[in-house]
Amino acid sequence: MSSPEYWTKPWPSSSADIPPPSESAPAAVAARPTAEQVIAGLRATSEGGPDLVQLLTPEGERVAHPHFDLDITPEGLRDLYRDMVLVRRADRECNALQRQGQLGIWVPLLGQEAAQIGAGRAMRPTDMAFPSYREHGVAWCRGIDPTELLGIFRGTDHGTWDPLEKRFHPYTIVIGNQVLNATGYAMGQRLDGKVGDDHQDDEATIVFFGDGATSQGDVNEAFVWGAVYDAPVVFFCQNNQWAISEPMERQSRIPLYQRANGFGFPGIRVDGNDVLATLAVTRWALEECRSGNGPVLIEAFTYRMDAHTTSDDPTRYRLSDELEAWKLKDPIERVRVHLVRGQFADADFFAHVDAESDALAERLRAYCVDMPTPPAERIFSNVYAESSPPLDRQRDEFLTYLADFDHSGGAH
Amino acid sequence: MAETRSRTTAQGTDTAGDGSTRQAAGAAGGPAGTTQKVTIAKALNLGLRAAMERDPKVVLLGEDIGKLGGVFRITDGLQKDFGEQRVMDTPLAESGIIGTAIGLAIRGYRPVCEIQFDGFIFPGFDQIVSQLAKLHFRTQGRIKVPVVIRVPFGGGIGAVEHHSESPESYFAHTAGLKVVACGDPVDAYWMIQQAIASDDPVLFFEPKRRYQEKAELDTSATPFPLHASRVLQQGSDATVVCYGPMVRTCTDAVRVAAEDGHRLELIDLRSLSPLDLAPVFESVRRTGRLIVVSEAPGESSIAAEIAAQVQQECFYSLEAPVLRVTGFDTPYPPAKLEEEFLPDLDRVLDAVERSLRW
Repeated sequence: MSSPEYWTKPWPSSSADIPPPSESAPAAVAARPTAEQVIAGLRATSEGGPDLVQLLTPEGERVAHPHFDLDITPEGLRDLYRDMVLVRRADRECNALQRQGQLGIWVPLLGQEAAQIGAGRAMRPTDMAFPSYREHGVAWCRGIDPTELLGIFRGTDHGTWDPLEKRFHPYTIVIGNQVLNATGYAMGQRLDGKVGDDHQDDEATIVFFGDGATSQGDVNEAFVWGAVYDAPVVFFCQNNQWAISEPMERQSRIPLYQRANGFGFPGIRVDGNDVLATLAVTRWALEECRSGNGPVLIEAFTYRMDAHTTSDDPTRYRLSDELEAWKLKDPIERVRVHLVRGQFADADFFAHVDAESDALAERLRAYCVDMPTPPAERIFSNVYAESSPPLDRQRDEFLTYLADFDHSGGAH
Repeated sequence: MAETRSRTTAQGTDTAGDGSTRQAAGAAGGPAGTTQKVTIAKALNLGLRAAMERDPKVVLLGEDIGKLGGVFRITDGLQKDFGEQRVMDTPLAESGIIGTAIGLAIRGYRPVCEIQFDGFIFPGFDQIVSQLAKLHFRTQGRIKVPVVIRVPFGGGIGAVEHHSESPESYFAHTAGLKVVACGDPVDAYWMIQQAIASDDPVLFFEPKRRYQEKAELDTSATPFPLHASRVLQQGSDATVVCYGPMVRTCTDAVRVAAEDGHRLELIDLRSLSPLDLAPVFESVRRTGRLIVVSEAPGESSIAAEIAAQVQQECFYSLEAPVLRVTGFDTPYPPAKLEEEFLPDLDRVLDAVERSLRW
């Protein structure tokens, strides 16, 4: 079993490898999948599959869906387009700032604009969002200016927005931790009586994570907790096909959305490059949660067009033809084509959005290079809610030490 | 003294009534009429009940804590009185318990998690050190996470592997967490309430082998501060510092030493992070000798930290090196050997003798 062939050979390689169903197997035991079923499942992780919810094709054509439709005005369409263009521009500017040494690292969202804007715009102001670390588009929808993301990546702070006021939790770097935290928050919403058909002030929680995170224990535990406590939480998985260099096949043998069945709540796969479908599906899922029918797992089927972070090199682990295929599914271009074809927007609109994105990029750059390094006191501030005398002494001694340099005229 | 001393375990010398001695040495006082003799287990139960009655946002989470009342019955009767929404029997996953408690705290609740045994806290370690400890700092104080994690800790109950560990140093090493250990019923009652009232996350270590030890508890007394060490016994010959299950062992040692004419000062740390070492420094400056006693392996431990700080602060007062009496730097042994592993009366007295002879 430890021969090299074992590790390199796909399993099962042919139907001949699969033993025939046992006559004595209990009826309650699910049959082992056939080779065709396994291959179909893996293909579904790379091609979307027949269950993919889509409302706008890559060619920009509106299509109907029997369960999810969206009544959206031309103005609504233009707003979604504007969101995606501005968020992409901010992302590209930050990527450039990292290349120029102004940011220590950047986590690109290129290609995932529709998944994030669709989900972000589906939220009500009172809903709560728990991001991972790539959710710049969701942050945008929560009213967080892109400049507020810079401190994390320039190393001046860990995020400056007020999570409770914006209802957008701090970025979480450890993979999957936030999924449990969000589930607990949603349990609190239920305890507060904010769930049910009769309430005007019902709330839901949405938590963002990637395909790689689905392998983490915390995410699976969150699925258990969410189901057991009927927590009003939407588990929003952005399947961008790659967990740094590890492909989907290293995370799952079945499409991710199907995992929800095993935990006892609905799972649904949406075209994550289709902002209309993502908006419609997430709106439905959040409403399910607000009315007490949660949780729901959404798998937004999308693609990370850039590196995992500015520190890795995707050319080492994936083929360029894959990238080229996904370029044809670009989330912004299909909305642009739809706007033009339907005469929902004119040239002035596109020119205005372009000018707006230029201004945003310029503002981001100026803000970034002017960001001050916080005073040394920040190291010690807010470690505890209540004082810790040993830490207070350590702070005082260090600040006195630094002050000595100032008195002698030296730099520190 | 060593010639006349027979080998005695800490359990073997336990007698009812010592707890009241410790209480008298403390700051407790107040009107009479509310005093009762209770075990540590009962005191914790009463303390949890009082906290839940005082604040409807206090909720309990843990495995088997509802109908069963917890494997040690600490939460006995609470689900019956406060309902399943406030005393939640959870699925069996420690990261899930702590991770969801963090979310509940962000929402405004004050969750109290029960970890069944010390060795089971490690599946939740990531949530504790990566999220619970850092959210206040990360958000510049905008998010408070007043989560209490109760951990029955330490050995001496003849248990199987993973049921007798002393993991407190891991958490004392992580900034953002507060770590405390109670040693008697009076502290158990007050400290659990103070920990729940704290806006910081608190790791609350309970000496499981002492759960059934009794003392007089006056519920109308003024509680001692949560993060302060307490001098349990005054003395002038040497200082003994301990916490949690070792409080009883060291109380016995101080009494036996007194029979041999050695007046030892005994300090219960109570708070392991932050450490309140001012009373220890003051004591060592008078006695010139320090013995630190802890069940946990000694290397890179709280005992090691105290030894380091005392030599730094009291260098010119020391008449002997600081000695540590701890568990060995080994995995916790099989139960038939734990009596050899755990610091007992003899090992504490042996260290006292070595210090006095120096």
